[in-house]
Amino acid sequence: MALLDIKGVTRRFGEFTAVDNVSLSVEAGEFFTLLGPSGCGKTTLLRMIAGFDLPDAGSVLLDGEDLAHRPPEARPVRTVFQSYALFPHMTVEGNVAFPLQMAKVPPRDRPQRIAAALEDVRLTGYDKRFPHELSGGQKQRVAVARALVTHPAVLLLDEPLAALDAKLREELQIELINLQKEVGIAFVYVTHDQTEALALSHRIAVMNHGRVEQLDVPSRIYGFPNSRFVADFIGQCNLYSGQVVARDGTIVAIDVPSLGPVRVATRSEPALGSSGTIALRPEQIRIAAGAPADAPGNHYRGTVADLLYMGDVTVYKVETSGGSRIEALLANSQGSGAKFFEVGDQVEMSWPVDAGHFIAE
Amino acid sequence: MVSGPPLAFLLVFFAAPTLIMVLASFRSPGEFGGLAPLVDASGRIDLNVDGYARLVTEPVFAQVFVKSAGYAALTTLVCLLLAYPLATLIARSAKKHRDLLLLLVILPFWSNFLIRIYAWMIILGPNAALARLVNRALAAFGADPVPLLFSAFAVLVCLVYVSLPFMVLPLYANLEKHDRTLLDAAQDLGANAWQRFWRITFPLSLPGVYAGAALVFIPALGVFAIPDILGGPDDTLIGNLIKQQFLETRDWPFGSVLSIVLTAAALALAGGAAWVARRSGGASRA
Repeated sequence: MALLDIKGVTRRFGEFTAVDNVSLSVEAGEFFTLLGPSGCGKTTLLRMIAGFDLPDAGSVLLDGEDLAHRPPEARPVRTVFQSYALFPHMTVEGNVAFPLQMAKVPPRDRPQRIAAALEDVRLTGYDKRFPHELSGGQKQRVAVARALVTHPAVLLLDEPLAALDAKLREELQIELINLQKEVGIAFVYVTHDQTEALALSHRIAVMNHGRVEQLDVPSRIYGFPNSRFVADFIGQCNLYSGQVVARDGTIVAIDVPSLGPVRVATRSEPALGSSGTIALRPEQIRIAAGAPADAPGNHYRGTVADLLYMGDVTVYKVETSGGSRIEALLANSQGSGAKFFEVGDQVEMSWPVDAGHFIAE
Repeated sequence: MVSGPPLAFLLVFFAAPTLIMVLASFRSPGEFGGLAPLVDASGRIDLNVDGYARLVTEPVFAQVFVKSAGYAALTTLVCLLLAYPLATLIARSAKKHRDLLLLLVILPFWSNFLIRIYAWMIILGPNAALARLVNRALAAFGADPVPLLFSAFAVLVCLVYVSLPFMVLPLYANLEKHDRTLLDAAQDLGANAWQRFWRITFPLSLPGVYAGAALVFIPALGVFAIPDILGGPDDTLIGNLIKQQFLETRDWPFGSVLSIVLTAAALALAGGAAWVARRSGGASRA
């Protein structure tokens, strides 16, 4: 049995359905992420797990127990708020002691519990500081320590790194992964940042319009998105719609109006004439100046129409003779770090049949 | 530190009058009120500490000071208990309703102070519904009827009534700024409604409590009109004594002595409150 079970949960606000019949389960010790654009219902779902909101239909079960009748203060889950919500009139020690006091942990056990929690988030020695004396990253760690000190069954994190700058965010992501491994508590993490979700999670539920679009491990979410929305939301993606015109074993040919037939491997067996979308990641496309190679796969010529030089890589937007745009990514691997092509250059693009992913409609 | 215009304001409206009062407190009363000439007929400068000596030697004055402080403290406490829920209600109500609610709080200021006190004479009068109701209830328990008017009760009720807005407004200004997420966090961490109030809301509202307490306590300490009109013979407060010295006894120097002691007491309390507020407020800056 899963640790946390969400069964057919729906939440409406007037006409608007924020969470629409969502079912999912989180295993003990799992780092689970709810990923989606703002307004997709991920925060509402989190609030229903915490108890700040109640589902209109469905139930939230923890260890098999329906939490419907438990107010937030009586649920063995803790939340790390986006704004951290540290108590400004209490020191770091006071903040971390607060849940212990509420749980009536004997006073003699508290100092050691507080010290352990602060050590977990590497804030030993900051006990006497007030929140306004801490940096953003330190506040975030106090919020995590405060939430973990009572050893909850599940830790809910609501975009806990959104307010921090990119460099610090990466550092704290690694710390969160290690911390989660160390404490072994299930994390339910809400974010709209797909790279963060891919980097942190054991499993991701991609949400859109209150529904779970796809629930899977990060590599499958990235490599095999099951809808246009997921493909587009997770990273950059070339998306081409077309019809299945030929099938040869596991390889199908999709007729894309501006590209002609594109061959792509698929595990599903789409019927001839059915339509769907090819999702193709920019980094899977080979881009070169030379003549077309003979390797099996897809080959196109085109002209660089736009480019974005990003230091480590350059994103090329190439226009084919058919008027289609293909986005390709190429590492700037030359010693000089310069980009390989300029706007207007003629380039050759190719990708193997198993690079693309066909999303049937 | 203190820049030009505020400094000038303080000099003209606070320092100068206080200085005049301090000087007057060391002079002798004039024959028909006012002050006796500074240089008397024999050419000597007439300055003395008779007023201060009287204040120290006659215990009745200390008693009146203590009683006044007691009335002011009780008024402050009752105002705090009444204002806290009201300010919370306003701070939590929808934004579009807040202005109206605040307007209702300050609405009484639009009518004259004395008229509002006289209104209480009618409300608390022996033939009014309230007095009848109270005395009927007392009679049911076999107790003797009590007059509501001309009593400490009447004075306190009216003091609370006129002071309440001065407690509500600073409290509202403070509570309105509170971050609701903190209460969510406290609840998430296991705090029930009472614990959320006592551990989070109340400590964070202390600057508002101190400001309101100072605004209520200090004016209540020097009040004279309310005990004059609604009080009984035992309800003479320090404000009444000062008024008497100037208008009835015509002993300006002693009136000045009492005023200075009152001002010093008020300043000491305000300073103390500010000090406490700064100490606890320093931590509450988010």
